[in-house]
Amino acid sequence: MQSMGEADLIRPPAASQYCGQQETTDVTTQPAPGAPVISAPVISAKGLDLTFQTGDGPVHALRDVSLDINRGDFVSFIGPSGCGKTTFLRVMADLEQPTAGQISVNGASPEAARKARAYGYVFQAAGLYPWRTIGGNIRLPLEIMGYARAEQDARVRRVLELVELGGFEKKYPWQLSGGMQQRASIARALAFDADILLMDEPFGALDEIVRDHLNEQLLKLWDRTNKTICFVTHSIPEAVYLSTKIVVMSPRPGRITDVIDSPLPRERPLEIRDSPEFIEIAHRVRDGLRAGHAYDD
Amino acid sequence: MRNALPVLTVLLAILAIWYVAVAPMNIRVALDQAQRGGAELQPATALERQEVSVWALMLRNPGHVAQAYAMERPRLPTPGQVAVELWNTTADMALNGRAMSKRSLIYHGWITLQSTLWGFALGTTLGILGAVAIVYSRVVDMSLMPWAIISQTVPIVALAPMIIVVSSQLGISDRTVPKAIISAYLCYFPVLVGMVKGLRSPAHAQLDLLKTYNASGFQAFLKLRLPASVPYLFTSLKVGIAAALVGTIVGELPTGAISGLGARILIGDQFGTPLAIWAALLAAAVLAGALVTLLDLAQRITLKRMGMQA
Repeated sequence: MQSMGEADLIRPPAASQYCGQQETTDVTTQPAPGAPVISAPVISAKGLDLTFQTGDGPVHALRDVSLDINRGDFVSFIGPSGCGKTTFLRVMADLEQPTAGQISVNGASPEAARKARAYGYVFQAAGLYPWRTIGGNIRLPLEIMGYARAEQDARVRRVLELVELGGFEKKYPWQLSGGMQQRASIARALAFDADILLMDEPFGALDEIVRDHLNEQLLKLWDRTNKTICFVTHSIPEAVYLSTKIVVMSPRPGRITDVIDSPLPRERPLEIRDSPEFIEIAHRVRDGLRAGHAYDD
Repeated sequence: MRNALPVLTVLLAILAIWYVAVAPMNIRVALDQAQRGGAELQPATALERQEVSVWALMLRNPGHVAQAYAMERPRLPTPGQVAVELWNTTADMALNGRAMSKRSLIYHGWITLQSTLWGFALGTTLGILGAVAIVYSRVVDMSLMPWAIISQTVPIVALAPMIIVVSSQLGISDRTVPKAIISAYLCYFPVLVGMVKGLRSPAHAQLDLLKTYNASGFQAFLKLRLPASVPYLFTSLKVGIAAALVGTIVGELPTGAISGLGARILIGDQFGTPLAIWAALLAAAVLAGALVTLLDLAQRITLKRMGMQA
């Protein structure tokens, strides 16, 4: 509580500084005259810093983080705990405020993006309400956003089909397995058709087999919906299998050490994990993670 | 059914201890009465018997032990005597169409129940409103919570007469009002504490999730905090209704009330009729048990309908 209070105290000046820079960001993210609009990044971070004030002194969760994410990208953030990958995701979602630097989501501030419901967020725990059915849980954002009842029903049914949970609408969360619950929470994030999907280690608590299956499903879903997905993980195979872009991060201070554009095709059967290309990328990720640690010593 | 055996065992054990305790509790008075009836006793006079333990009295006068179980005004009545007294002042009177007679425990129980329910409603409302204020305002949390805790350290017996005096000063002649206030005073606290815990029970991620939906504070309250607090609420309500009943009975003791279970207990004490006290006590226990059972039933039904396994 104490540290939160202190963090609040230091926030206002930092926030105003951040707002000041926001105007320049808007200018820079404007496509240059003649350039195709498509090329504008969906998420763009420049020199992002985030320092938490704690009882043990400041913790540099993010230090000078810059990254552009394009429309339709599947970006994985990988790194050991404390590297700031979740914090970065939370900054995109306007759940944390950066202390310096600039970030735009859909060409505006994260706060504006959040208020425009531009993204769906999937947490590590499914976090379904035990007093609502699966359908009721998916309906939750739709109720809050004021969709008409008939529209709610149609959307609930559609996203349930999308995550292959058709027929489970009336079940309660405790009647479903962990993997199914997580699929329901993804459906909940998809229900209001946000273009961006932010996923914070959604499969971290699941076993390997379920995880493989859900990874496969997620890729299909991404392919069908053409959403931009930011995906936090600490599994190398998962990151390489899923991503078009792999962001390797490192702790103390949290920073980006490598950004790898994957040469793998969009169409990826599970067997692709045995291909030489896959193994090569995995190698590079592992090297990046190791280098980050060496820097520490 | 599998639970019946242990429950019955405990019940029988309590009855057995009670029954055995009757003899030593009543033996002196029983012997005094026997002496007045001209019986030969060891030792012969009441004064001499003061020097001897009840156990020795029972051993030396085995023929009179049975009398301890059949006294008109026993210090400790037998379970059977209490049951008969309870029957005579409730069911028997009801069967004779005198359920609402001033001598009937149904009448007195009804008086007590009314105050209890008013106090419970008042206390629960205050407890829930206080909890909402505490959860949503740091200032209220810091300022109200200590007073809520202090309020429970003041003995209610000391406070009750003051509440009566103040309410009669305010021109409230009906005794139901001060009794309900005393009852609410005891009952709001468990509800307050339980609801604060319940409203704060949603995990941080749950609140973050609602923030990503750009949900308003009121939506977060209605869709997350309130339903999440329901199991906590029912647990508190069960404690609260028992406290409300105790509050009402305590409120009836020092107030010169002539009706209500508390008044029956006081009158029984003043007139030296322990049977009346025991019957009123048992009636209060039955009432409390019935109220808690009703709430338990409501809890099961509500949680089942909410999809949470009770």
